[in-house]
Amino acid sequence: MTDTILRTDRLSKNFGGLIAANNVSLNFERGQVHAIIGPNGAGKTTLINLLSGDLLPSDGTILFNGKNITSLPPDKISQLGIGRSYQKTNIFATFSCYENCWVAAQSRLNTSMRFFRPAKKLKKVQDRAEMTLDLCGLSSRRDVLASAMSYGEQRQLEIGMMLATEPELLLLDEPLAGMGSEESLQVIELLRRLSRDHTLILIEHDMDAVFSIAEQLTVMVNGRVLETGTVEQIRNSQAVQEVYLGVEEEAT
Amino acid sequence: MPRITRTLLLLAALLTLVFFPLFGSSFYVGLLTRILILALFAMSLDLLIGYTGLVSFGHAAFFGIGGYALAIAFQDAAVIHLWQALPLSLAAAALAALVVGWISIRTSGIYFIMITLAFAQMFFYFFFESPRYGGDDGIFLFFKPVLMIGSADILHLDSENNFYYFVLGSLVSSYLLLTMILRAPFGKVITAIKANEHRVCALGYAVNRYKLVSFVIAGTLAGLAGFLEGAHSGYINPSYMSWHESGIAIAIVVLGGMGTLYGPIVGAFIIVLLQDFLPSLTDHWQLLFGGIVISVALFYPMVRPACCRDFMRCSEVK
Ligand SMILES: Nc1ncnc2c1ncn2[C@@H]1O[C@H](COP(=O)(O)OP(=O)(O)OP(=O)(O)O)[C@@H](O)[C@H]1O
Ligand SMILES: [Mg+2]
Repeated sequence: MTDTILRTDRLSKNFGGLIAANNVSLNFERGQVHAIIGPNGAGKTTLINLLSGDLLPSDGTILFNGKNITSLPPDKISQLGIGRSYQKTNIFATFSCYENCWVAAQSRLNTSMRFFRPAKKLKKVQDRAEMTLDLCGLSSRRDVLASAMSYGEQRQLEIGMMLATEPELLLLDEPLAGMGSEESLQVIELLRRLSRDHTLILIEHDMDAVFSIAEQLTVMVNGRVLETGTVEQIRNSQAVQEVYLGVEEEAT
Repeated sequence: MPRITRTLLLLAALLTLVFFPLFGSSFYVGLLTRILILALFAMSLDLLIGYTGLVSFGHAAFFGIGGYALAIAFQDAAVIHLWQALPLSLAAAALAALVVGWISIRTSGIYFIMITLAFAQMFFYFFFESPRYGGDDGIFLFFKPVLMIGSADILHLDSENNFYYFVLGSLVSSYLLLTMILRAPFGKVITAIKANEHRVCALGYAVNRYKLVSFVIAGTLAGLAGFLEGAHSGYINPSYMSWHESGIAIAIVVLGGMGTLYGPIVGAFIIVLLQDFLPSLTDHWQLLFGGIVISVALFYPMVRPACCRDFMRCSEVK
């Protein structure tokens, strides 16, 4: 009855001597919100980078919808329906907010090797870009230069651009980082809405947010998966409480 | 600059250029022809530097190939017809750009600069050391390409004025072609590549393909400029592809303003007029010239209204 959308098998990544991801074998179920938590440097971003093709694994395999995508480049992986947002804001700073969404939406044309008709005549791309702006709550900031927007707004745009590529699986790397509480609530609400018809892999330090929307939880420490299971299972896990949640409490 | 002002200024400039031969002497028409050819060459480079974010230091290779193709087709195959010679020049430049680009775009930043320079030097030395094509003396062309209908040449390119209009027409067509391309989906992708290549890739675009096509378009237009220069000046030699020539093109793009299509035209006027005017002031004019280029590179980005270019960018998609 379970339906796996993404599976990693003994996925590893070394940076010189450092093993940033160490034999990560995980199952992600279709339609669920699967959060990945862990202390700084645990290898969460590295894992996302491997899944999105930004990094080439040192070892192991990745299956998406049963297809081996292990060594595919990011553009191919994106075209298969995996979208990602970045922890470190990664937008087109010299473009307006709308243009950022536009370029993202245009990526779903069969090809952008089109030289003659003006891009603005493409109604579908236009609608998609507008809709994305609306979704991520930036309609009122449409024509503002991305570099002139507040940090929180840039974070929202970061998510918007990912959505404009119409992914079925979303890889979200700390979407709430650096947002004010008002913006955070909006984004959590957006994620909740998206989770109805998307699969989400969510990295987040904000535990309240994690516990409020995640169904599955994986804890990573030092590149390894410490524990994975339902939110309830993790809450009650002895090992996690010692290693991670304990640390978290001391820190706050 | 609001769009309407820009359009009006461009139209005024175009009208001036169109009517210039009616008033100017043939010497100045010749000078203007040289400037417009250089402008076309620099405009093609701006597609790479100003729009795609590829700083090529070997763009003169394609300029030279365009010229050499014309000369070689004449020398080896007695081609004198425009409809044969021009496509041949464009195809030769495009093919060279395809090969050079295919290898070069795999690198970026300083390595891209180095590798494009190295390719241009290879072409330079190939012609420099080929006795068949005149070595460093190059090839002289004692004719202008003709376009025959029946037994009449309808272009008469041996008239200075007609050649001028042919060049002006090529420049305007290239300008319009590039404007169209930049407004099309392709143009959106390459400007995005310049802004943030990594994200473009993450959004699902095969970045290298877009860079390569941009490189080939730029190389082909540089070939067109080289064809015109060869036909106009009546000879072609290896210095067409020297790194000086590539460097001049970069200087023009920087002086005129990267990322606008009219910038390189303005830049070409500035460079040629400086080169013709400064030597009359001082023997050390090269020093002065270098100083001017350096000051512009340093200070222009600060004084230019920052909103100007971004405004134009934004207004294109809307
Ligand atoms: N490109 C790289 N080269 C070398 N080391 C890297 C690279 N990327 C990450 N690392 C290292 O790998 C380890 C895991 O980093 P990663 O960014 O995946 O952690 P993280 O769990 O996302 O941490 P955070 O919560 O701070 O975002 C860190 O020690 C980091 O320094
Ligand atoms: Mg991280």
